[in-house]
Amino acid sequence: MSNNYMVEIKDLHKSFDGNVVLDGISLNVEEGQNMIVFGRSGTGKSVLLKCLVRLMEPDAGEIDLCGRNVGELNDKELNELRKDIGFLFQSAALYDSMSVRENLEFPLIRNFEWPQSEIDERVHHVLEAVDLSDAIDKMPSELSGGMRKRIGLARSIITKPKLMLYDEPTTGLDPITTKEISTLILDLQKAYKMTSIVVTHDLLCAKIIADCAIVIDEGHIVKEGTIKELLASEDPFLKNFFSDEVINKDGRV
Amino acid sequence: MKEYIVDKLNHFLILTEHRLAVFFELLGGLSAFTIRFLKEVFKPPYEVFEVRKHMIELGMKTLPIVGVTGFIIGLVMTMQLQPVLQRFGAEAYLPGSVGIALVRELVPVITALIFAGRVSSGIGAELGSMRVTEQIDAMEVSGVNPFRFLVVTRVFATTMILPILTVYVIFISLIGAYIAVVLVQNMTWEYFTGRVTFAVEFADAVPGILKTFVFGYIAGIVGAYLGYNAKNGTEGVGKASTTSVVVASLLILIFDMVLVKLTLWLWPNVK
Repeated sequence: MSNNYMVEIKDLHKSFDGNVVLDGISLNVEEGQNMIVFGRSGTGKSVLLKCLVRLMEPDAGEIDLCGRNVGELNDKELNELRKDIGFLFQSAALYDSMSVRENLEFPLIRNFEWPQSEIDERVHHVLEAVDLSDAIDKMPSELSGGMRKRIGLARSIITKPKLMLYDEPTTGLDPITTKEISTLILDLQKAYKMTSIVVTHDLLCAKIIADCAIVIDEGHIVKEGTIKELLASEDPFLKNFFSDEVINKDGRV
Repeated sequence: MKEYIVDKLNHFLILTEHRLAVFFELLGGLSAFTIRFLKEVFKPPYEVFEVRKHMIELGMKTLPIVGVTGFIIGLVMTMQLQPVLQRFGAEAYLPGSVGIALVRELVPVITALIFAGRVSSGIGAELGSMRVTEQIDAMEVSGVNPFRFLVVTRVFATTMILPILTVYVIFISLIGAYIAVVLVQNMTWEYFTGRVTFAVEFADAVPGILKTFVFGYIAGIVGAYLGYNAKNGTEGVGKASTTSVVVASLLILIFDMVLVKLTLWLWPNVK
């Protein structure tokens, strides 16, 4: 595999109890590119993301991230690689028992031997970036859905990753917050020069963020291209997927 | 009629097969979890702060309930034993007999069972909730080993804190026993404790307390295993929590049998 791509996926297969979820997915994402992954619920979009960081082991196939073959790494090497990857979970996955500050400090304290002053500086910096400096001493239970997503985003970018993976970043948010989060993702991507893969159902979010997109159905990539190309496609599945009846006023598929 | 019996038998066999499969899956999972724990627990860096935090938290959480239980056990045990010994004219042996019963068996096992009920379910629910809300995945993906941070620290804390709690409960139960004694006869605290320490030998006290390390480990590892592997949302969290109590209690009783046998084998002169 060449080193021009940040992400290279070759013939990826994954099934659960005989139910095939990913059936030979091959995909390349260039450095600095924002790739959107569309697909119906249960088509394996989140599974794809989890296979990338080996939260799930693929049945077959090859994955290269940042020029390293993920399948060949031992635990230590995998953890080293993961420091270069940010992951925003659908629920933001903030640690309930920790305050916002502790949530943000956690990956830094555990992975780097930095002085507290440097950790504090990084924490304040990312909180400013997501415009939530006031929330530093709050507990996750005191935050709204949008705020949780922002803090989750801040925690994901605090180690300045090269690659960001977003699992439904705008699910459950109102259209205004969706737009804010999507714009924030784009701004951060530009500021931190990250490569992103975004799994979403949200066309509005995709329109703001995407450089290119793929659509997954029944374990295969059925179409790859820009959002414009996908929307203009004459493919019956895509026409149905992006039809007015399927897309509501907020732009959600 | 014959078909009905065959049907019922089939159903019973299928159910038994399923239950056996679940049992062996649990046993295998717990064994694998134990091996992983033993591999990780000795690896630096040691999470001293986290272990200390969990020990204090778990200890404080169970301190009142095990204290009250210990007091009542000591009191009731003495009240029950006193008329029996009186019948044989052996009242003088009351402090010693009660002391041996409490130290050797009653306090370690009952404290462990209450501890398991409180702590095992708590760990199961906490880790289960972290699993289904993807917090464990988030930890893993940020380059942190969640097994070390969440499981090893908690299991080590439960292993270390239960013996301390047991010593505390032994003391409280002896106070309960003394109160029961003075209700029926005139006896000083010094005389009572003197009789207890005379009767309770090294071979009574040490194995009784040592086995609580195993009980503490069981309470922690069962809750951690079921919570860490919880599935199916909140239903899975509830199941992890309740199953933890049942499995941990059962294992504590089974291991108690084994450890009692082992104690008698190691100290054959125990009277």
